[in-house]
Amino acid sequence: MSGAQAPGVVRDTVGVARMRRPRITRARILTWSAVGFLLLVCVLAPVIFTSYWLSQILTKALWLGIAAVSLIFLSRYGGMISLAQVGLYAIAGFTMANLGSAFGGHHLGWNPWVAAGAGVAAATLFGLLFGAIAARSHGIYFLMITLALSVIVFYFFGQATSFSGYGGIRNVATPGLVGNPIIHPEGLYYLSLVASILILMGIRYLARTPFGLALQGIRDDPARMRALGYNVSLHRTLAFGAGAFIAGIAGILSVWYQTQISPGGVDIGQTINVLVIAVIGGLYWLEGAWIGALLFTVLDNYSRTWLPTVGLWLGPERFETLLGVIFLLIVLLSPGGLVGIWNGLRRRLVKVLGH
Amino acid sequence: MGNRLDLRLLPRLLLALLGAAVVAWIAYKATQNSAQFVTVSLNGLTLAALYFVVAAGFTLIFGLMRVVNMAHGSLYLLAGYLAFTTQQSWFGVSSNLLFGHTVSVASWVVPLIFGTIVIGAVGLAMQQVLLRWNQGQDLRQALLTIALSVILADQMLAHFGGIAQSIQQPTLWPNSVPVLGTHYGFFRLVIVVGAALIIGGLLWGVIRFTRLGMIIRAGVDDRAMVSALGINVQLVFAGAFLIGALLAGFGGVLGGTMIAVQPGIDARFLLNSLIVVIIGGMGSLGGAVIGSLALGFVNAYADVYLQFGSTDLTNYSILLTFVLVVVMLAVRPLGLFGRPA
Repeated sequence: MSGAQAPGVVRDTVGVARMRRPRITRARILTWSAVGFLLLVCVLAPVIFTSYWLSQILTKALWLGIAAVSLIFLSRYGGMISLAQVGLYAIAGFTMANLGSAFGGHHLGWNPWVAAGAGVAAATLFGLLFGAIAARSHGIYFLMITLALSVIVFYFFGQATSFSGYGGIRNVATPGLVGNPIIHPEGLYYLSLVASILILMGIRYLARTPFGLALQGIRDDPARMRALGYNVSLHRTLAFGAGAFIAGIAGILSVWYQTQISPGGVDIGQTINVLVIAVIGGLYWLEGAWIGALLFTVLDNYSRTWLPTVGLWLGPERFETLLGVIFLLIVLLSPGGLVGIWNGLRRRLVKVLGH
Repeated sequence: MGNRLDLRLLPRLLLALLGAAVVAWIAYKATQNSAQFVTVSLNGLTLAALYFVVAAGFTLIFGLMRVVNMAHGSLYLLAGYLAFTTQQSWFGVSSNLLFGHTVSVASWVVPLIFGTIVIGAVGLAMQQVLLRWNQGQDLRQALLTIALSVILADQMLAHFGGIAQSIQQPTLWPNSVPVLGTHYGFFRLVIVVGAALIIGGLLWGVIRFTRLGMIIRAGVDDRAMVSALGINVQLVFAGAFLIGALLAGFGGVLGGTMIAVQPGIDARFLLNSLIVVIIGGMGSLGGAVIGSLALGFVNAYADVYLQFGSTDLTNYSILLTFVLVVVMLAVRPLGLFGRPA
């Protein structure tokens, strides 16, 4: 990133960077009309799609996308690939389920919104703690430490039955706005949609703040930023806390979606699912999180009907094998994920259309 | 510093106090019931031995090649399943052993060798096919091994089912041996600890005294230089990966006899290996010994001694593993013997 000239920036003869006035180009019109169309489809989704699609595919893709974007945010702006996001969303989910009304756990009967806020706060606090632990490590060490933390959270909820209610907490109360997500999927759908849009805009805003810029500087050259007087570990820790906040929101939505949470739902398999979604999305492109999540949920739903049976090797039950193979192929063939493929296509398209 | 207390020493002081409190509590429990203390301590030692066998392979691969083999736990579990099935189909050993049924020594040793060698071959194939050509892209390699672990976990579930099984030890061997006034399992104490000692000794001897060991040590420090000296680094890498996978396989058969083979064990042993190297430092054999001992004893003591009067906190024993990791990373971010890449 450093050294490369960002699009829209031109340098004059003395080398001072200066913003070029945004020009109305064909590519720009194309992009904005695509965004507008997509937004329209999202808003009208309850009318366009069946309620099965709305709840089983779209709503699930939205909250899984939020979980994945918390990973992509850390990866893109902080250069940290974190596998702790599922552990953090488990903390949010279990905290909320214990504080609110539910069957199992402590069911303290708090208002669902207050319980949700407390859940996100708990995830953020643990995120800051995890961040403080892992922030001094880089690259592959960071990956290992966060994976270990996530698996420890899973084992904790598996063991500590007073918090996880013997195999899970069921019938978790949802706020009135959400109601029963099975009978009325629209409420949770719109809530997840609004949350997704706000999070996306929030991350984009955060990236432009002095904090976000410093974070990107640290990603590119920690030693230089340290020499300039920035507290590298603190920035990375705070970014991790922000990522945990986003993951916490995904945890709350996932519990409202399933109206239950169990240790089995936040195991290493789910950690890998979120990683796969982020990798499909490309690890560097925020919107890719939701595209990866959409692909994941569609595959999850429909592979069970069309996967051919090949002995014990393949069959309707073998979604994880299919997912692993897709993951393997993407990492082997296109490290940029689907977005990498798309960018290649778009570059050609723009060339054909001209500016 | 003069008379002022250096505030930077405060965390270490607190840690020392915490350590002293833990030791005092264990000592108090030990005086209450010494037979239990011996058993729990031997649990810790035998777990540590098993963790070491598995984690030694993990740390060897990482130290030399900077590859984090996230499929290490899957290789471990696959070895257990292979040995279990061969024991059943080749030697007719039933999993629910009736009283008086005999298991010959060969019917344990042959599956052990078979499982270990097959896993060694699988690991070598993995390195040659998936990892060799993207040497140096450590994140991509880690993702590839994660993908492989997903596939292996699902395939093992399909082929071997979800029920916990265990490999039968030979009936010729005694069930237990007398130790310090109590009895302890023969297999765990003699076979597993003995195997760990032999493997540790062999690895140490090879790394310390042979030409191969010299190349490995040099490779850990500076791969490019070793390759510039005309040594076939690819061959050394393949050899290291083979040994690492063989160790995972060997450990898997030991663990499948000592504990169980069942889904989920792969994640547990990946976590164990990760923690061992986080504590000991990546690529260090001595670090793996200390990391395994620390993790083994913490696991064993936490499972039993987290009872304070009538409050039973053994359900939260995993938190002590967490504390162990946190403390280690707070004091030494690269582990005890870790060095920056």
